[in-house]
Amino acid sequence: MAKQKPVADFSFEEASSELEAIVATLENEQKSLEDSMALFERGQALIKRCSGLLEKAELKVKQLTDNGISDFQDG
Amino acid sequence: MHLIEEYPHSMSQIPLFETTPHWTVTELTRYLRQVLESDSSLQDVWVQGEISNFSRPSSGHLYFTLKDAGSSLRCVVWKTDASRLRLTLQDGMAIEAHGAISVYEVGGQYQLYVNLIKPVGEGALYQEFLRLKALLDAEGLFDPSRKRPLPELPRRIGIITSPTGAALRDMLNTLRRRLPLAEVFIAPSPVQGDEAPARLVVALEILNSKIKPDVILIARGGGSIEDLWAFNDERVVRAVAVSKTPVISGVGHETDFTLTDFAADLRAPTPTAAAELATAITIEDLKYAIGQLQMNLTESIHSSLESRRVDLGNADLQLKQFSPIRRLQSDRQRVDEWGHLVETAIRHKLDLSLLRVQALDQRLVALSPLEVLKRGYAVVKRSKDARLVDSVKKVKRGDELQVRVSDGSFNVNVSGKADG
Repeated sequence: MAKQKPVADFSFEEASSELEAIVATLENEQKSLEDSMALFERGQALIKRCSGLLEKAELKVKQLTDNGISDFQDG
Repeated sequence: MHLIEEYPHSMSQIPLFETTPHWTVTELTRYLRQVLESDSSLQDVWVQGEISNFSRPSSGHLYFTLKDAGSSLRCVVWKTDASRLRLTLQDGMAIEAHGAISVYEVGGQYQLYVNLIKPVGEGALYQEFLRLKALLDAEGLFDPSRKRPLPELPRRIGIITSPTGAALRDMLNTLRRRLPLAEVFIAPSPVQGDEAPARLVVALEILNSKIKPDVILIARGGGSIEDLWAFNDERVVRAVAVSKTPVISGVGHETDFTLTDFAADLRAPTPTAAAELATAITIEDLKYAIGQLQMNLTESIHSSLESRRVDLGNADLQLKQFSPIRRLQSDRQRVDEWGHLVETAIRHKLDLSLLRVQALDQRLVALSPLEVLKRGYAVVKRSKDARLVDSVKKVKRGDELQVRVSDGSFNVNVSGKADG
């Protein structure tokens, strides 16, 4: 279950796809007030995760070597 | 006489032993020029030879002599053509030159007016390129139906190129700018030389089996056809075609095509363009999309809450009409009214009691012995024991008695007795 994983550990794809699903549910389905609020709060947490990932994003560059994978330092 | 043998028709009307010249030098030279220029096979020739007497005057035109073991040919490259040459000419260089034969009238020299130059061997490579292309094409290796869609948002990007080349730097800069969320795995490989094809194949295999990226960029900066040749190697082309991961090629410049380009799922004109095509969605697009989702989320919850608020308002109105609170309120009023009645009743009762107390008090007062004394009666007590004297039998002669009247008391002695 993806839901068991904390949102803070979500990848951008995981967070954004669940966020899209939540928005679609809220827009298209009649949910109880309690469920709606729970979805909204989860959506807010997912947005925070996505934005955080986008703000902090830094290209990770690795190089394959004979001994495995190492970080690649470029000028 | 050589000329006459070569061009018998043109010369046929001139008497062989005519002493007066019929041609000026200019006329003859111009005629020869026309003859050469009218021969289409001389207007589109490839000539192979070695450069000598190379010169590049300030005019920008290039002059040299092309020679081989047996002969030599004057060559000219006009400035506009010279600027398009891909290689730097120098004496001793073996080249293939393409152009048209004509005559330089002032010098009376026929020469080759060159518009293209290739190093020797390029022609042979090109033939090989065409042969292999036809072969692989017939196998269906370049079939458009083989092309796979590229991932919209690649998480992992494999790059196969030289670790020291400008191509890698360009690609990394482009990826860093457009999609810093991605993770890049460089599989370094030489991109030219004898070793290159085998190493490129290994790099493709390792990326496919170990890293499993979402897309692979195979790239190299510009160069001559020999420099790019590894990307026409059959092994490399086949490996690109069977790659499990979609491949974008970015080899050389805009005008360079390699067989790798044909086998790849997408051909980019340059390494930078390959990095751009791999990142169709950029981080700016993502930020915008998240902003939109945020708006949609907020709007949907607001409208959901608002519609509930309206529902709730309606329900509240209905509820109030049947609400026990309403009855409670009327009950409360009744209780208030009762309370008031009770209070009034109690107060009334209290008032009555008070009146009665007052009446009793007056009666008490009326019964008080002091009031009796005021009417002239006296209370007599024996002084020795303060006992009330209400009978003659209680006194004898000589007893001291205390007599109380309304405003005080006095003592007397009994001097005699008489029965009532």
